[in-house]
Amino acid sequence: MSHKVTIPIGPYHSLQEEPEFYQLTVDGETVIDIDVRIGYVHRGIEKLAESMSYHKIIFLVERICGICSTSHPIASVQAIEDAGGIEVPDRALYIRTIVAELERLHSHMLWLGLAGHFLGYNTVWMWAWKYREIVCDLFEAITGSRQSYAMMKVGGVQRDIEDEYIPGLIKGMDDTLRALDMFKGAVLDDPVLGARLKGIGILSKEDALSYSALGPTSRASGVDKDVRRDDPYAAYDRVKWNVITQKEGDVFAKAVIRILEMYESVSIIKQCVQKMPKGSIDSNPKEIPPGEGIGHAEAPRGEVFHYIRSDGTNSPARYKVRAPTYMNFPTFKATVIGETISDATIILAAIDPCYCCTERKMTAVNQKTRKRSFTGDDMIKLSQEKTRRLYKRMTGKELR
Amino acid sequence: MSIKLKALLKSPWVFHLCSGSCNNCDIEILDCITPRYDIERFGMLLVGSVRHADVLLCTGIVNKLGESRVKRIYNQTPKPCLVVAVGNCANSQGVFRGSYACGKPLDQVIPVDIYIPGCPPKPEAIILGVVKLIEKIKGKKK
Ligand code: SF4
Repeated sequence: MSHKVTIPIGPYHSLQEEPEFYQLTVDGETVIDIDVRIGYVHRGIEKLAESMSYHKIIFLVERICGICSTSHPIASVQAIEDAGGIEVPDRALYIRTIVAELERLHSHMLWLGLAGHFLGYNTVWMWAWKYREIVCDLFEAITGSRQSYAMMKVGGVQRDIEDEYIPGLIKGMDDTLRALDMFKGAVLDDPVLGARLKGIGILSKEDALSYSALGPTSRASGVDKDVRRDDPYAAYDRVKWNVITQKEGDVFAKAVIRILEMYESVSIIKQCVQKMPKGSIDSNPKEIPPGEGIGHAEAPRGEVFHYIRSDGTNSPARYKVRAPTYMNFPTFKATVIGETISDATIILAAIDPCYCCTERKMTAVNQKTRKRSFTGDDMIKLSQEKTRRLYKRMTGKELR
Repeated sequence: MSIKLKALLKSPWVFHLCSGSCNNCDIEILDCITPRYDIERFGMLLVGSVRHADVLLCTGIVNKLGESRVKRIYNQTPKPCLVVAVGNCANSQGVFRGSYACGKPLDQVIPVDIYIPGCPPKPEAIILGVVKLIEKIKGKKK
């Protein structure tokens, strides 16, 4: 007997970040439709930016998202520099690259940890967040704060990376490399995780292209695009690195992409530290002439895009932001439908949306029988139990 | 001090309520339960449902869409409960003040017991804030 049940997820949940509201329609165990409603964190940033001076906007866009709190400012300063035709000193470009790559490291580790939690591998979560602290410490040393770094500035950067911090930075990168090797072994070679993640939530290359997916979500489906290489900004064209792609498009491929990208980030940071020229870090622009400018940057989740129109005053006439999750959301239609509910959690998490689906404020009630079906906690439990079952079947032991 | 409040202070269970924040405060709250800070050793536990919570950690500006829901969540929390406003957004709406999406500040929507400033506050600051709150309530008894 076919039996449709609607599961509301959200909007408020305990574990992480922004409230979003998902509505899953399920038939038995299988998801047959999904709907997303957002807007619970709408803060009117674009409009607010139009009332602020260019200098303040950088701090405002930094607070669009706490995890990408370098990508947005980079895109923003690039848009303003584009409009004003402002040159940026070389040293500032290298510093921008270093901070952006450190951000990628911290963001990918954060994702890895949360993905581990959703699967019931809380050890992975604790590990990932433990080694993320190395990166946070580096941030604190270089920029003065663990989050919201306030490094970007129109025409350069706010602070220099002093020579005395360089050895610490290199040591931090070596420590991170060791942690990465451990993750690579623990996550990629684990047969249970493989069984759990391989072949689920597949986003085909055609779908990735037609939904215009961005970042790791598209690169895991074999779409070879990366703003850092295709339209280089900061110092990405002066260092050697590779764009990582995978063909499979499943959740496992997305995890592989993120882990391998972290190796690239470490290598980029090390090269930047070596090649960084001496000199000024700021070209001190005086005014922004009337005109338009665009800037984009590859955030950990994909391309962020900023547009400004200047009318010659000290604040923009129009400000526009497009964040990557906006493009990645609709891919759920292609990935979640047809999968089981216990897999839905990790598939939703796989695009690394500025997070979701951990706790639900409402309970699904079956309309006919008035019986409770699933709450958010139940969904995570379902997901964790599946891992446990698989673990037992494959190793003969209980997962603890 | 009522017996309920006394029991609550022994091992406060925390629910993290985010409504219109930029995630930074939320990450720092999560950081508190990971190995570096590990507040679970003091009996503080992040819980998945507000019905199990003793303390609400609120972040973000509470936008117009979220206002009624924040109120509802507060009403669903078993009383007595403590409300902690984490970050400048929850304290005073921070950089977003004046935006058309901002509703009322958090402390006009639900009663707030303690404010932790910072954008974002460091995990140490969040822990210190909660400890101060507990001491304040215990101090009342004397
Ligand atoms: S106080 Fe700052 S860090 Fe916290 S949510 Fe608001 S803008 Fe983000």
